Amino acid sequence: MSDKLPGEDRRDGHAPPGVSRRGFLSTTAAGGVAAGVLPSALTAEQAGASIKQIVASGGHSSALSVTVNGRRHQVTIDNRTSLLDLLRERLALPGTKKGCDQGACGACTVLVDGRRVNACLTLAVRCQDAEVTTIEGLASDDGELHALQRTFVEQDAFQCGYCTPGQIMSGVACIREGHTGSREEIREWMSGNLCRCGCYVKIVNAIAQTARAGRS
Amino acid sequence: MYPFAYTKPADTRAAITAGARGGRYIAGGTTLVDLMRETVERPDTLVDIGGLPLREVQATASGGLRIGALALMSDVAAHPRVRSAYPVVAQALELSASPQLRNMATIGGNLLQRTRCAYFRDVTAACNKRQPGSGCAALEGHNRSHAILGTSDACVAAHPSDLAVALVALDAGVHLQGPDGERGLAMTELLLRPGDTPDREHDLRPGELITAVEIPPHPRPLRSGYLKVRDRQSYEFALTSAAVVLHLTGGVIRDARIAAGGVGTVPWRLDAVERLLAGARPSEQLWAQAAAVAADGARPLRHNAFKAELLKRTIERQLRTVGGTR
Repeated sequence: MSDKLPGEDRRDGHAPPGVSRRGFLSTTAAGGVAAGVLPSALTAEQAGASIKQIVASGGHSSALSVTVNGRRHQVTIDNRTSLLDLLRERLALPGTKKGCDQGACGACTVLVDGRRVNACLTLAVRCQDAEVTTIEGLASDDGELHALQRTFVEQDAFQCGYCTPGQIMSGVACIREGHTGSREEIREWMSGNLCRCGCYVKIVNAIAQTARAGRS
Repeated sequence: MYPFAYTKPADTRAAITAGARGGRYIAGGTTLVDLMRETVERPDTLVDIGGLPLREVQATASGGLRIGALALMSDVAAHPRVRSAYPVVAQALELSASPQLRNMATIGGNLLQRTRCAYFRDVTAACNKRQPGSGCAALEGHNRSHAILGTSDACVAAHPSDLAVALVALDAGVHLQGPDGERGLAMTELLLRPGDTPDREHDLRPGELITAVEIPPHPRPLRSGYLKVRDRQSYEFALTSAAVVLHLTGGVIRDARIAAGGVGTVPWRLDAVERLLAGARPSEQLWAQAAAVAADGARPLRHNAFKAELLKRTIERQLRTVGGTR
């Protein structure tokens, strides 16, 4: 029996088939099962099930029905759960990012009933019957990227990419709201999304280009 | 964050019953959830008032405007009547927070948002507002962003709302509903200076809920505008701000209402500036003379003495912007 971890003898730096970084992290986080030698034996959703067991008792949890990216979910949650943590930890939608967790950076921006909000400051329990759209829900069913996702790629509007899902969700709303009349207007109406790499010029490029294409 | 029970009442009466029992109202939640996570706020029960029918914006019979307490900041800022009749309100709102936060935060909640003083937010620091009697770390600490007007030895925290500054300039008030019925308060009565009890920030009784904000009728034509000065161009709290409301006819200022933000423990009405403006004709000289008294009575701290001069310049510039020189 080999004492090597799966993939340890691979030299190309890529995970072996069937093991994603995300799957690895979430399986190991779910109670330290079997010391990390589980190649995606648990799905992230199953990992969520074990989190469910530590939900606070004594009237501090609630049943929630919420639609995310067109799919309805029914879950029981600790009342303290933010929409951000619900998405990432329970619904296996880690595209929405946790930056500051205090409404200061915009990395967690999602659409709730069509409006952009900070998921970190949104208590999930308040999203009963809401329609939530995350970055995972922007592409069409056949996988074709949203126009703004395409222009982010074309314009190379990111470096590390951590703020990008929030930037794109905020940008989609910014375009829908019609706040794209000038670069200055875009900058003002995108000011709720910080980018520490400083890709603002290209982010504005991408939004302006997408807005222009939508108008023509 | 500490565990809490959650209830969402179906109507205002049920909400007030829950509030009177000690439940904490949550509207937009942008301040409350943040402070709960920091354990500054530790409610046992959250009473979700988000579903109550308090979102309407409508003209009053007397010619004023009534804004439902649960109207979103973004909706009020975009409202045609607000934009045309009260630019100072629309501008104050759009210069606040971020588009995302304005889509969550409500008008009533905005007025009751809590200070951004870093020591208030840090549960390990001395803060009389958070823990009465513990002292004020800001007095000798980093106090660049703190207040210079309306402070006390117990607290120097600035009131963070821009909207409240515009509403104070417009002589607005709030409608309240509580276990004992309805009543009204002027904005200046709602928000309290710290004095010896900085933990008491407003004059609401247990269970009382802000149901609406009302702007009284003003003589027309009415010019108004809001200027906010801050460390970055957007998405930042004010170092200083100016709400200027002028009624001008025949080249004479008949009525001037001026308030300042970022400098007071509450939104700060500048009576002395108003007195110099009333009955005068707009001119560069007048704006400078009036603005020169804007910081009278200021009590600067070690790091924020610049605010006195900045306030005068902020007021002068916004007087010129709104009043012109003709």
